[in-house]
Amino acid sequence: MNLEITVAVARRVLIQLRRDRRTLAMLLVVPCVLLTLLWWMFDRNDLLFSRLGPPLLAMFPFIVMFLVTSVTTLRERSSGTLERLLSTPMAKLDLLVGYALAFGAVALLQALLAVGLTVGLLGLDLSGPLWALAVVAVLDALLGTTLGLFVSAFAETEFQAVQFMPAIVIPQILLCGLFVPRDALPDALRVVSDVMPLSYAVDAMQLLQTMPGLTADFGVDLAVIGAFVAALVGLGAATLRRRTP
Amino acid sequence: MMNSSTVVVADLRVRRGGREVVSQLSTSVRAGEITGLLGPSGCGKTTLMRCIVGVQVVHGGSVTVLGSPAGSASLRRRVGYVTQAPSVYADLTVTENLAFFASVLDADRKAVEAAIDTVRLDRAGADVVAQLSGGQRSRVSLAVALLANPDVLVLDEPTVGLDPVLRRQLWGTFAELAARGATIVVSSHVMDEAERCDRLLLMRDGALIADDEPAALMARTGTDDIESAFLSIVEAQVSP
Repeated sequence: MNLEITVAVARRVLIQLRRDRRTLAMLLVVPCVLLTLLWWMFDRNDLLFSRLGPPLLAMFPFIVMFLVTSVTTLRERSSGTLERLLSTPMAKLDLLVGYALAFGAVALLQALLAVGLTVGLLGLDLSGPLWALAVVAVLDALLGTTLGLFVSAFAETEFQAVQFMPAIVIPQILLCGLFVPRDALPDALRVVSDVMPLSYAVDAMQLLQTMPGLTADFGVDLAVIGAFVAALVGLGAATLRRRTP
Repeated sequence: MMNSSTVVVADLRVRRGGREVVSQLSTSVRAGEITGLLGPSGCGKTTLMRCIVGVQVVHGGSVTVLGSPAGSASLRRRVGYVTQAPSVYADLTVTENLAFFASVLDADRKAVEAAIDTVRLDRAGADVVAQLSGGQRSRVSLAVALLANPDVLVLDEPTVGLDPVLRRQLWGTFAELAARGATIVVSSHVMDEAERCDRLLLMRDGALIADDEPAALMARTGTDDIESAFLSIVEAQVSP
């Protein structure tokens, strides 16, 4: 790996994103609008808003970064720039980590806005420290980014890439504990939920909301998400081939 | 450096979609020369070029570039490749594209300016690539390949969609690079460009049907242009 190349990749992705103002605005504004909608829906029920808010804070960065990354990477594959990059001295990890850095930075901004809004203006109660919420959100975004990078290898068109969202992301939303507490799931589904990364992200958010200070369980959740991110980067690197048929 | 073989292809075989697209092909390419790769579309030109760059999965034989197997890590800065479709970022400006690839290839700021200059895009430096014409886009792609000052330059139809003046200028650039000792492999299906090459490889159905200097090819076939020479060789093959 080469730090200079990695940073160059991250910088390039951010320049591309900055030029696409509409996407950038959607990335930052849409989560805030949706959280406000939620708060409004539960106008007379603060308890429900505070139960649903944290899991949603975990979900937005994951979903959004998954979509953005899978489409961006697919574009890189179909435009021939990926093949060109792979014929240069660049290491595969330079590319993947560069992407993760760029989208991680956007996710941090997104998380700061969303957390600032929900905790500052909409009155979401939080027992744990505020910065930990941002850490979970960024890790979540990295999870979405790396999953998107990996999955894009199996899509040939942007249509297919977008279809991976209902196929891979929605099951995680259904089983993450938002609709039915994970303990109350049928045994088989409980096991499935255990191997899905989003479950740990939502769990971490819920812990922050209910437990004062940082608990050991919270640490475990972060470690599991981190392991998923590392594994997905490895799998992503395996899908990048310098030689193609 | 002159006249030494820098690219050696031996018994190369490539299958694609159950069909052999390059069969038992052997040739060598020398430094200091422009080698033209000619033939109808679908004859395997691009596949052969991909083999030289080392991005193609091969099924037999070998390709050696500058003494190492094609695609070796040590060759990645020394071989420049321009694909048929421009492979640059459409949403970056010309300069941003080149600056990015320069950091990847460890080339400096001066190399960026020199490359932009060579392809005559100095006035479009601040333009976003998506706004450029097709010809300008392919020149950006060419400029990227020139950044690291490669010893071997593989160009897949680099002059498609360019006006005659610019085409002449670019062929002049290729000749300059070759004169400085670079190995240049250019594919084209425009036969009149063939006369600017020092040597021609004619391909048909994945095989090499001729490998000679343009003048020698015309003399051997008794023709006075490359297109007729090509046709005459194909006819001789079809009805032996």
